[in-house]
Amino acid sequence: MDAILNIVNISKDFVFHHQQGTRLQVLENFSVKFYPSQATVLTGPSGSGKSTLLRMIYAGYRTGKGSIFVRHNDRLVDMGKADPGVIYEIRRHTIGYVSQFLRVVPRVSALDTVIEPLIARNMGESKARAKGKQMLERLRIPENLWHISATTFSGGEQQRINLARGLIAHYPVMLLDEPTASLDPENRKTVITLIREAVAAGACMIGVFHNRSDQEQIADRTLDMSGLKRRQEASA
Amino acid sequence: MTGMLNRVDLPLLKVQNLSKFYGGTIGCHDINFEVAEGEVVGIVGESGSGKSTLLKCIAGTETPTNGAVYFNSLFGFIDLCQADEILLRKINRTQTGFVTQNPMDGLRMNISAGGNIGERLMANGMRNYGQIRDIAREWLDKVEIDLSRIDDLPTTFSGGMQQRLQIAANLVTDPKIILMDEPTSGLDVSVQARLIDVLRKLVSRLKLSMILVTHDLAVARLLSHRLYVMKKGKIVESGLSDQILDDPREPYTQLLVSSILKP
Amino acid sequence: MSHQYNFAYLDEQTKKMIRRTMLKAVAIPGFQVPFGGREMPLPYGWGTGGIQLTASLLGRDDTLKVIDQGSDDTVNAVSIKDFFRKTADVAITESTRAATIIQTRHRIPEIPLSEGQIMVYQVPIPEPLQFIEPRRPEAEKMHAFVEYGAMYVKLYEDIARHGRIAMSFDYPVHVNGRYIMSPSPNPKFDNPKLHMSPALHLFGAGREKRIYAVPPFTEVVSLDFDDYPFELERWKGACALCGSKKSFLDEILTDDQGTRMFICSDTEFCRRAREKEAS
Repeated sequence: MDAILNIVNISKDFVFHHQQGTRLQVLENFSVKFYPSQATVLTGPSGSGKSTLLRMIYAGYRTGKGSIFVRHNDRLVDMGKADPGVIYEIRRHTIGYVSQFLRVVPRVSALDTVIEPLIARNMGESKARAKGKQMLERLRIPENLWHISATTFSGGEQQRINLARGLIAHYPVMLLDEPTASLDPENRKTVITLIREAVAAGACMIGVFHNRSDQEQIADRTLDMSGLKRRQEASA
Repeated sequence: MTGMLNRVDLPLLKVQNLSKFYGGTIGCHDINFEVAEGEVVGIVGESGSGKSTLLKCIAGTETPTNGAVYFNSLFGFIDLCQADEILLRKINRTQTGFVTQNPMDGLRMNISAGGNIGERLMANGMRNYGQIRDIAREWLDKVEIDLSRIDDLPTTFSGGMQQRLQIAANLVTDPKIILMDEPTSGLDVSVQARLIDVLRKLVSRLKLSMILVTHDLAVARLLSHRLYVMKKGKIVESGLSDQILDDPREPYTQLLVSSILKP
Repeated sequence: MSHQYNFAYLDEQTKKMIRRTMLKAVAIPGFQVPFGGREMPLPYGWGTGGIQLTASLLGRDDTLKVIDQGSDDTVNAVSIKDFFRKTADVAITESTRAATIIQTRHRIPEIPLSEGQIMVYQVPIPEPLQFIEPRRPEAEKMHAFVEYGAMYVKLYEDIARHGRIAMSFDYPVHVNGRYIMSPSPNPKFDNPKLHMSPALHLFGAGREKRIYAVPPFTEVVSLDFDDYPFELERWKGACALCGSKKSFLDEILTDDQGTRMFICSDTEFCRRAREKEAS
């Protein structure tokens, strides 16, 4: 089967101009392929480039050297060089990203936050709301919280809103950065089930999970990012 | 460049080599950027960076020293800096909007809210009082101003309400792009939140393009798809909003981003 | 006639300059043409603009009528007639039909005008946009680019505040399908008299130093909304002296108890109607 994501020789460094010009090389000449219906867990210590890789795939971080090819609508697009218009489209339909923390927008209700990706895909509002409510129920968010802004929610509740939004629509590529970090065991189990359902439906999932048991339950393969410089990947 | 009708492959707005000098002082120079349909572009930088000057050159309230501002209007892909004044005023009355930093510059303070919203309609030939009023009410609703205020003067409105009224008065003709100069400055945080919410909804519902000048990076992140960072009249960095704010590369951008106080 | 002054007070060069301005005004109906207004022997606000126009138009064979608020015998009308009697010694009349030039402040005669007659209006504020857009360069642009939205905003505000268009005088009109003009302090009752009138109408603002014109047989339409059309003033009752129900009536208090009476503002018209009744 063809790879849905082909990462070719990427390098990423950060230069901190106001901290004596410190330079941090996070990835160097890194290559790897990812496939549909496969869950990959990135492992390695802090600073090994796990989150950086996810963000580069999403084009949240810029790619200086190398290419990140994603299969979008039957053509290959290099996320490092694509036009903004194409990137918006890819983020809407092809690559989904769930960060570690919810970026709360004041005044937008939890339900509206969750269904935003569906509305962006032009789904009718009542249909989207029905799906949103289902998702909120599944993640055990009490109904009295659905119509208020998540600004006052607990960390765990906010993260569940974040996850609901990230998982409500199907994406061929799903990027998850510590999705289960602030969840209790019950909700963690639900999230893992949702992820596995998505993968079974064809998604390529790439994620960072700190909990060993989560890693074991989710991963079809693991990718060890440890060591300062990455060379050719060792495939699972 | 004229004669080309509203082509889809052209950007909605294209600023090319734009410069504005005030004698020896640089307002802005060598500015190049594009805005696509439905895109929100933020221009950020500190006071004196030239961002307001740039916006005014695009809006036509200042004349650039050099360069062009191409707009994909209903009359063709036109350089607004060279366009004949009649056409320019027509375009600015129907297809573009400019929300000024100080609402008093953008509103007629001695005319009621309804009159302010209706002015563009009347300028474009609408001659039915009832219809004008209905449309004014629709827009007051969209910007969350109580309908009972339709006959009140803007002097009786709070700052946030005045800004929302300005937005309504500009959007009433369904422009393709709206320029906003520091729309949230001077407003309380809760009032800002409401204004931003109104803008987000309008942008997504109307597929409106926007150029937003702001020194507030949080506002920029919430509303913009892409950002341009200006310093001393030049663009020093540009990219997607999350790229600029999460992966700032230029020294000035890093300084700007690291200066945001997080609550 | 006083021999200190040139005929009709102004020197011939000045008259030529003003006539040239008038021609420009006639060529562009409703457009305000600036002119070099002269110092006149009376203050601004007393009709210096109208007087300069009349002075430039008068010939020895002309017959002049001057009215103020429709009346031939108010102070202003009498003073102006006196002025021209001294400086021009032309025939003065109270008859609208007999006059070749009629100078007015605030009314157009009820008796219809005919071809060859000239109406001269005394105008305080020539700019219809004055109160909406006080900045002169911006107002000029609005005229130039036909951007009259703000004018309609004024009408809108009236309806919003009063339930109807409340302007009763100086009611803006659209001239020859192009410029919006202020018909001077005339009551709106007189606006229709300008439309397709056989006479020439010249408007002079002395303080603002501008002249504008409505040539004969020009379209003059009062501004309104489709659903709030232009309406003439109406009075309950008729003129107490002549019984007319069709003329513009002034309301007069006759005693300290507030008794009021309605009388024709046009004194000549009223007198003739009474004479006709009597005969």
